[in-house]
Amino acid sequence: MKTLRRIALYTGLTIAALTFIYPFLWMASATFKPLSEVGTIALFPSHATLDNYRTMWARAPFGRALLNSMFVAGTITISVLVFGSITAYSMARLRFRGRPVLNAATMGVLLVPGQLTLIPMYTLIVQFGWVDTYAALIVPYLFNATAILMMRQFFLQIPQSLIDSARMDGMGEMRILFTIFWPLSRPVLSIVAIFTFMGSWNEVLWPLLVVREQHLMTLPQLLTVFSLGGGAGSIGVSLASAMVLVVPVVIAYAILQRNFIESMASSGVKG
Amino acid sequence: MRAERRSGSLMAAPYAAFLAVFALYPILFALVLVFLKWDLVTTPVFAGFDNVRVLANDGRFWRAVENTFVFLSIHLPLQIASALALALALNRPLMFRSFWRAAFFLPVVISGAVVAILWSNLYATDVGLINGLLVRVGLNPVPWLTDPSTAMPAIAAMVTWKNVGFYVIIYLAGLQYIPRSCKEAIEIEGATTWQRFRYLTLPMLLPQTILVVTLSTINGFQLFIEPYVMTGGGPLRRTYSIVLYLYTNAFAYQKMGYAATIGVALALIIGTVVLIQRRVIGKAEAL
Repeated sequence: MKTLRRIALYTGLTIAALTFIYPFLWMASATFKPLSEVGTIALFPSHATLDNYRTMWARAPFGRALLNSMFVAGTITISVLVFGSITAYSMARLRFRGRPVLNAATMGVLLVPGQLTLIPMYTLIVQFGWVDTYAALIVPYLFNATAILMMRQFFLQIPQSLIDSARMDGMGEMRILFTIFWPLSRPVLSIVAIFTFMGSWNEVLWPLLVVREQHLMTLPQLLTVFSLGGGAGSIGVSLASAMVLVVPVVIAYAILQRNFIESMASSGVKG
Repeated sequence: MRAERRSGSLMAAPYAAFLAVFALYPILFALVLVFLKWDLVTTPVFAGFDNVRVLANDGRFWRAVENTFVFLSIHLPLQIASALALALALNRPLMFRSFWRAAFFLPVVISGAVVAILWSNLYATDVGLINGLLVRVGLNPVPWLTDPSTAMPAIAAMVTWKNVGFYVIIYLAGLQYIPRSCKEAIEIEGATTWQRFRYLTLPMLLPQTILVVTLSTINGFQLFIEPYVMTGGGPLRRTYSIVLYLYTNAFAYQKMGYAATIGVALALIIGTVVLIQRRVIGKAEAL
């Protein structure tokens, strides 16, 4: 009876796991299939081909989009970590006028759904003349309220004696932050880094509003425009372009899955 | 003390400026836009309550709201049931536990745009993988995304599949907090597996369930890329979402005032629905 239940449990888990993994395996294999085979369930194409990748690469600037995505997500992540931690440090450990207001405002921002501010943000970008610029993709994300609150929470738990003795040694606040707080805060910094990068890497609605120039598009936007506009022409080509977006994420996820799950689950960021 | 104040204000100043420009101003300006007609080219015109009046009678908007409720009525029960089932399975002593967890979580890290493109192919009527399986076991193929009655349920099932790993983690965290003494007590009482689930696990997981309902409701109201990629809002506008309608008004029709009005209405609807849900779940708990 007990063995039977265990067998049932593992069978169930295997079926569930396959439900989540198989579509991606099928997708990966479909990109190597000629058009005549794409509709089949088989994982291994009988006539493997790289044609889909050649077509995709030739028809739209996916190499450029990959660089754009890395640049945009990388810049945002560094800013959220560096400038965000400076902000979080001041909000956690320094007393100054306006701090309570700033705290309250940061929590208030989290309650406002993004769709409320989407159009005013867009008109702001238009008025700044930032349509079709990297600034439009990056500047509105330079700070992140969730990240600041998380880092602030973590910084609150670091003993005051460390700050006091560093100040006695004549260290300034910035040096205390980067030489004492940062090394102690690696767990929270990695959580923030992952969800910030992933949020930016997968974002598609905002780029669709502020970027029309193909050479400035990030991967999810170019992929969407390319697949919908009929540029892809076939399933294989469209899925091959999706692979450019997926493969780096899956590699990173395979190595850092524990950190990924912790990061995305604690922030509520979903692709 | 003065030095601390000075460095504090200096270090917080860039963020305060950022909040003013990219959070406070957009929130206030959203409320201003509700009263404007503006195509971004000509000067904005004050329009009084026109936008609100038009919205109240806009069949397309209310169709999108209705579609969202159809989506939620399928998505919420599916999401809770699947996340709970998988979390309960993972909460036992298991071999390869982190592998199972990682497998369930995989779609969460993948871009929604990719998932939408992938599933349009899985759902395809003639060459799709799902219909291929149906035909193989002797059933008729279903035109998932082209039949008005199946398109939204198909999207709801897909979104459930994409996010379930996220909610599994939430439920798993809740399961760890159920005190061992409670489990032992209910076992000594001789409760069956079902009774244990119904009278111990489920009530103890109420905070997690509220979180799952709230987050997936908010998520559901923000549905955009899935219909945008998979159906364009069709067939017969049955998958048109509120955000897709907002986007179309801003991007295709250049109606900034109207699009912002939709945004404000959406925020109000989300707030109201989430509050009602919390009330209802809280009451159900008291029974």
